[in-house]
Amino acid sequence: MNKIIITVVGKDTVGIIAKVCTYLAENQVNILDISQTIVQEFFNMMMIVDMDKSLKPFETVSSDLEKLGEEIGVRIKCQREEIFTKMHRI
Amino acid sequence: MLNMFEVIETNNMIEHERLDVRTITMGISLLDCCDSDLDLLNEKIYKKITAMAKDLVSTGEAIARDFGVPIVNKRISVTPIALVGGCACKTPEDFVTIARTLDRAAKEVGVNFLGGYSALVSKGMTTADENLIRSIPQALAQTERVCSSVNVGSTKTGLNMDAVNLMGQMIKATAEATKDQDSLGCAKLVVFCNAPDDNPFMAGAFHGVTEADAIINVGVSGPGVVKVALEEARGKNFEVLCETIKKTAFKITRVGQLVAQEASRRLGIPFGIIDLSLAPTPAVGDSVAEILEEIGLERVGAPGTTAALAMLNDQVKKGGIMASSYVGGLSGAFIPVSEDQGMIDAVSMGALTLEKLEAMTCVCSVGLDMIAIPGSTAAATLAGIIADEAAIGMINQKTTAVRLIPVIGKDVGDTVEFGGLLGYAPVMPVNPYSCEKFVNRGGRIPAPVHSFKN
Repeated sequence: MNKIIITVVGKDTVGIIAKVCTYLAENQVNILDISQTIVQEFFNMMMIVDMDKSLKPFETVSSDLEKLGEEIGVRIKCQREEIFTKMHRI
Repeated sequence: MLNMFEVIETNNMIEHERLDVRTITMGISLLDCCDSDLDLLNEKIYKKITAMAKDLVSTGEAIARDFGVPIVNKRISVTPIALVGGCACKTPEDFVTIARTLDRAAKEVGVNFLGGYSALVSKGMTTADENLIRSIPQALAQTERVCSSVNVGSTKTGLNMDAVNLMGQMIKATAEATKDQDSLGCAKLVVFCNAPDDNPFMAGAFHGVTEADAIINVGVSGPGVVKVALEEARGKNFEVLCETIKKTAFKITRVGQLVAQEASRRLGIPFGIIDLSLAPTPAVGDSVAEILEEIGLERVGAPGTTAALAMLNDQVKKGGIMASSYVGGLSGAFIPVSEDQGMIDAVSMGALTLEKLEAMTCVCSVGLDMIAIPGSTAAATLAGIIADEAAIGMINQKTTAVRLIPVIGKDVGDTVEFGGLLGYAPVMPVNPYSCEKFVNRGGRIPAPVHSFKN
């Protein structure tokens, strides 16, 4: 499994999850978990995805999503899972 | 499975609290480059460095992209050049040619600093050591990215006072040789006692002779993260304070450990150590002084500063050691004046003096660091300051260092701008009384009694 964490932060609008999920589906990236909250009108989403069968390499997915984020007006960041597990799990 | 709060916490550290990996430093042994022909030696050194480190910068950038954490510096340390060049270099000028080669190699592979223009003379100096030391002013004036360090003492050997005295003169000469750049050369020159072989931080990094052919060492950072964590612990007792620092240090160090392992795997070079140091930068919110102030000091330098720093340093180590099995280098809180906005402010308002800084170096790494003093300071006085600092290291079995910048043409009240990570500094006053007769005695200060452990 090649787990990537995608975080989306920004002003809430219609269709943020839809756009991100559509992109992921088109590129065979499997979503394992999604959580989402809105804090003071700010949209916060975290996705755990598996890129094992992804049609594009990590760098491309990462920069594509960043661009997509700019279009919607939110910030989208892709990071490999280990930075979080190393920090928060002994 | 990870939860959202953990992910947000990590990303807040990176985006708002300046968590970063300060440096990936590749240590490269140059011992196999030794040759009695100077041109051949230079050629071999250039080829070895550019071959070993060709992918260092791009790999560092790729890792930063994958994990979303900045890796600020990619650097190289090499075997002390006094050992590598001894065979071929008969004069200080010969050694300067190697400095220029190192500079060229550093530029070719794209690293911002290369350390190891060094001599280890804690007990005595060979002719090569002395030639290298005498070449330092020109070497630093003629290069941009080369860093130099000299180890003048250790707990095992005592202090080589001849070398201490010579270094006083060389710091002065380096200041003169780079006076058109506010004596910037001195910012790239460190005098050590008990220098570690595996320090990844500049300007004191070199690749010790006890090390493998090549090694990856990583320096983590994160004063801002500790500061923000401590804001939650305001008014709480020392137990809570210490727990908070330990947990934060653990988290920071784990990021360093991850980056180090990844760099080691991708470059095919063994992982050496993680250096746990809290290294500040001139940016607001990235300051060790601000942590001390958060702990409860009105200004760093106030009574209580040494105790607060001792506690901070110890807790950082306790948290960090749990996070990585291979901790080394300097590993402690750095207190460079020009690179820490809180320190600069404290000096400017008179809260922090050279003497208090000296006391602080007894309980943390590394020493009197990045301190601008008047250009008129005598070489003997510089030697006296080095001797004081080295004595602290020798007696306390710890690393200490001196990186002073006697800024030619400037005096107390002036400010010096070094630029970038080196920051800026107000010129600090130095005790005006002389120690010339003391430092000119010649010879060695013997090793302390507690070094005889055999």
